[in-house]
Amino acid sequence: MTPLLRLLIALGTVVIGAFAEIGRVARFAVAALARALAPPFYPRRLAAQLIAVGYFSLPVIGMTALFTGAAIAQQIFVGGSRFNAAATVPAVTVIALVRELGPVMGGLIMAGRVASAMAAELGTMRVTEQIDALTTLRTDPVRYLIVPRLVASTLVMPVLVLITNIIGVAGGWALAVTRLGFNSAEYLSTTRHYLKSDDIVSSMVKAAVFGFIIALMGCYHGFHSKGGAEGVGRATTDAVVSAFVLILASNLIITVLVFGTK
Amino acid sequence: MSEPLIVMQDVCKRFGPKVVLRGMNLSVEPGESLVVIGGSGTGKSVALKCILGLMTPEKGRVLVGGVEVGKLRGSAMARHRARFGMLFQGGALFDSLSVWRNVSFALTRGDIGRSSRLRAEAIDNLARVGLGAEVADLKPAELSGGMQKRVALARAIAARPEIMFFDEPTTGLDPIMADVINNLIVELVRDLGVTAVTITHDLASARKIADRVAMLYNGRIIWEGPKDRLYMSGNPYVDQFVAGRAEGPIQMAVRRGDVFRNDDGEPAPA
Repeated sequence: MTPLLRLLIALGTVVIGAFAEIGRVARFAVAALARALAPPFYPRRLAAQLIAVGYFSLPVIGMTALFTGAAIAQQIFVGGSRFNAAATVPAVTVIALVRELGPVMGGLIMAGRVASAMAAELGTMRVTEQIDALTTLRTDPVRYLIVPRLVASTLVMPVLVLITNIIGVAGGWALAVTRLGFNSAEYLSTTRHYLKSDDIVSSMVKAAVFGFIIALMGCYHGFHSKGGAEGVGRATTDAVVSAFVLILASNLIITVLVFGTK
Repeated sequence: MSEPLIVMQDVCKRFGPKVVLRGMNLSVEPGESLVVIGGSGTGKSVALKCILGLMTPEKGRVLVGGVEVGKLRGSAMARHRARFGMLFQGGALFDSLSVWRNVSFALTRGDIGRSSRLRAEAIDNLARVGLGAEVADLKPAELSGGMQKRVALARAIAARPEIMFFDEPTTGLDPIMADVINNLIVELVRDLGVTAVTITHDLASARKIADRVAMLYNGRIIWEGPKDRLYMSGNPYVDQFVAGRAEGPIQMAVRRGDVFRNDDGEPAPA
């Protein structure tokens, strides 16, 4: 066999493997979505996930948004001063935060916090036969374990990103007013003026998509983990890494679709 | 003689290169307690999962009550699984739920409200396995290994299944607790009138629980008979297993090259 043929076989194996994995993820997502639309529903499981994914993420989301908003304002002030554009701080801060940083930063933080937790919990349930036990106890594990996580994460991410955006803008405002000499009322007025409904809608759409991706990756890798503690660790890493990549890729696609022609 | 309740015909199951079951044949009569013995990794758990419909064999048929498991889908499969109660090797209790919610799970399919009736039923089932009401609100992690096994047993019987599977019920327990679990299984099988299949490599357990014993080796049933015949089976594989000798026809998986292989020179099942 020639080296070129070996290379082509290796490449083909990788490509076929990648498509097979995409197919398995898609089938898993479709199975979960189909079950989300038909009873039995588990409202208590959904409420528990809304609290776990949403409420308990508020401190880390809030702190990160505050610091990042303030740092953005500082950087725009310094950078803008080089070409007499320091006054653009409120406009650029709000646009950068709402269009990109809020959803992407929130998505990445939540991927680290939530996708890993879901993969680890479901992976442990898989290797300790708890998922098999669910099946023998006449309970569909996808309906019971996966659907509440997917729905909760998709619903709660827009709320978290909205909070991220508000706190981020507040962080920028606080720094601009206390350290950069901006007038508080003017700063807020400029922020309101430059913030458009498209920005908010795209931010919320991105957040919902990212929420779905985070839960899907966490659940898929955890649900299919095998091989004991090592397998659970691998599932957790795969969940976070794949969620990161998919969030950044889907962010680009949504950004191009919404703002690419403007 | 009545029709067998469970029949496995020429069942084959592999995981990639690992062949676990290679033409397993087995039948279980209604109301009998069958114990399947065999070394670790011989495919005992896989056989149970094929009967439950948790795994699909590549070849062969599994019939339960005359119905082929491989052809069941959706609600028919759910009805099939509802006939079984299973005690998993590690208990497989749900960490996030209290003991009584674990026990009630089969009755509620997980949608547990604050029902005092369900809690009372769970406490009744806990009493059947020798546990008091004081453990009802504890989490599984707060219990010893033996207590976890008993809670898992209470959960398995809660829906009063027709068939009970016990997967290594005494593994990891001290001899006294193992005997307590054996006694509980014998009592439950007798009192509830269920058909029981137990898989184990604990011979004391097999002698206590079984009406009939079958030995699984290398993916096939190589001997079966009444438990009284276990120690005079005349089968060299069974003789070596019950005597616990390293020497004999059963060779432990040894490393040849870079993969573990059994005595047929094939990759050993995990």
